[in-house]
Amino acid sequence: MTVPTDKDLIDFVIAEARILDELRFNDWLELFTDDGIYWMPAEWGQTDTKLVGSLMYEDKLLLSVRVERLKGLRTFSQRPKSRCHHVLQVPIVDARDDAAGEYQLYTPFHYVETRVDEQTLYAGWARHTLVLVDGRLRIKLKRVDLVNCDAAFGNIQLFM
Amino acid sequence: MGKYRGHPEAVRALVRETEVHRDVYTDPEIFDLEMEHLFANTWVHVGHASQIPNPGDYVTTTIGNQPVLMVRHNDGSVKVLHNRCPHKGVKVATDACGNTGKFFRCPYHAWTFRLDGSLRAIPLNRGYENTGLETSHAAQGLACVKNVVNYRDFVFARLNDTGPSFEEYFGDSLSSFDNMIDRSPEGKLEVAGGVLRYMHNCNWKMLVDNQTDTCHPMVAHESSAGTAAAMWKPFEGTGAKKPMAVEIFVPFFSPYEFFEGMGIRVWDNGHGHTGVSHSIHSDYSAIPGYWDQMVAAYGEERAKAILGEARHNTVYWPNIMIKGPIQLLRIFRPLAANRTLVESYVYRLVGAPDLLLERSQMYNRLINAPTSVVGHDDLEMYERAQEGLGSNGNEWVNVQRLYDPQEAEQKVAVTNGTNEWQMRNQFRAWSKFMTMSM
Repeated sequence: MTVPTDKDLIDFVIAEARILDELRFNDWLELFTDDGIYWMPAEWGQTDTKLVGSLMYEDKLLLSVRVERLKGLRTFSQRPKSRCHHVLQVPIVDARDDAAGEYQLYTPFHYVETRVDEQTLYAGWARHTLVLVDGRLRIKLKRVDLVNCDAAFGNIQLFM
Repeated sequence: MGKYRGHPEAVRALVRETEVHRDVYTDPEIFDLEMEHLFANTWVHVGHASQIPNPGDYVTTTIGNQPVLMVRHNDGSVKVLHNRCPHKGVKVATDACGNTGKFFRCPYHAWTFRLDGSLRAIPLNRGYENTGLETSHAAQGLACVKNVVNYRDFVFARLNDTGPSFEEYFGDSLSSFDNMIDRSPEGKLEVAGGVLRYMHNCNWKMLVDNQTDTCHPMVAHESSAGTAAAMWKPFEGTGAKKPMAVEIFVPFFSPYEFFEGMGIRVWDNGHGHTGVSHSIHSDYSAIPGYWDQMVAAYGEERAKAILGEARHNTVYWPNIMIKGPIQLLRIFRPLAANRTLVESYVYRLVGAPDLLLERSQMYNRLINAPTSVVGHDDLEMYERAQEGLGSNGNEWVNVQRLYDPQEAEQKVAVTNGTNEWQMRNQFRAWSKFMTMSM
């Protein structure tokens, strides 16, 4: 791939959600660039990633710790394990920079996380910054804004 | 009359020297009595004065289950008012924070109140002429909490009019607050970067107990800190710079000897802290420029003494914990016997490098957020305990580790870091402040 079409970009985001729903977390990590970031702000319209609290602001090392942890026999909060389910609105390509190979997508979603008898619904917007690396799309930044980002939540253990 | 209401002896019987009855964690009547007595007889943290810098600034919060306003008065003092219109009971403010101007105005019938809560005006006032309103409860305005202390910008209130003074209640335990605040070259903190809020389906005291429970990290956090440690291991000794996140995670997975050696200090009235000699916060990297600022402000000897403290968790009974070395405060808000809201605040050291705040924010989201893997480890244990305590196979929770029959006579002590003395200390205080006004 040299220049992705809008459909390529949209298909990537939809495929990512399926990978998460299939709990293929190592495959999911592979979607990120080496310096990729997953960010969940805790404030409405948050711009500061460092001096303001976030729910998550994680590089690949921290995301890898999470993924490894989910497999552990002594990861008691995952015995039994959680599952998740995404419903995406069709992603919108907000910006294309073919010269730089960088693309912005906007995807409203509903997300359900379950564990045993508990099922929790979250709603928000995912903003992907995708880049072309060696002809393949990768996630440079995935920003997840929950509609109630400042609410008090119980455990959120998987990825939106 | 219930099993415990009006029966202080039954309440006292729930706390034995080395075990406590499950009802302290599970019984709704006990929870109601905690709200009426324990949270009214103790000095409870309300907020930080930096949240309300100007006259009319307020925050809405709670003391136990009581809705209150913390407001900056015209004279610069901090007032704590019950957030309840004296007319029909409406909360006069519901925003988390704001500026109310010169007075509060109830949104229902426009009764207005001065910043000290006193009644300012009522529309169509002549309807109350000759009705004796001036002798009513309503005429007193928003009830003002009489006992409020602003200690170096940390605001505390005692709801009951009588009880121990602030100084008597906290004693030398205030040294942990002093150390946290003195870490600012200007001796000043500011709430910074919002608050992380985490809902727990468990009793609030399970969280308080956990703050000085040093025999759980290497077990419950094997999944998180242990995984982080294992993933960092291949890079150790390679000269690779240890990431800040690894510095934060890995010490949780220290061996028992580390926690035994760190020590616990207990103070009277249920206060205490882990990390007398060292702690999980001891070996963080130096922040460029900070040491020089501290020496310039305090001189080398004093700066060394301030930064030499590495107190881990200081519990201020009943429901807050602070971490001086990283300027963090957690408040465990009781909502029901089996429901607790945990709010975690971070403070900026005024006059110090931003990198310190950045590290504290990172710690807060890695450890205290609802998305935190360390938080997941802990909450799983609390929720299992809340369910497990329903078992009739045993009605008692054990707090016996390193128990000494003489200990209750000692008001202040330093002991082995794995001692459950601080948990026993908390329950002695629980019993005292639950029953002192019954």
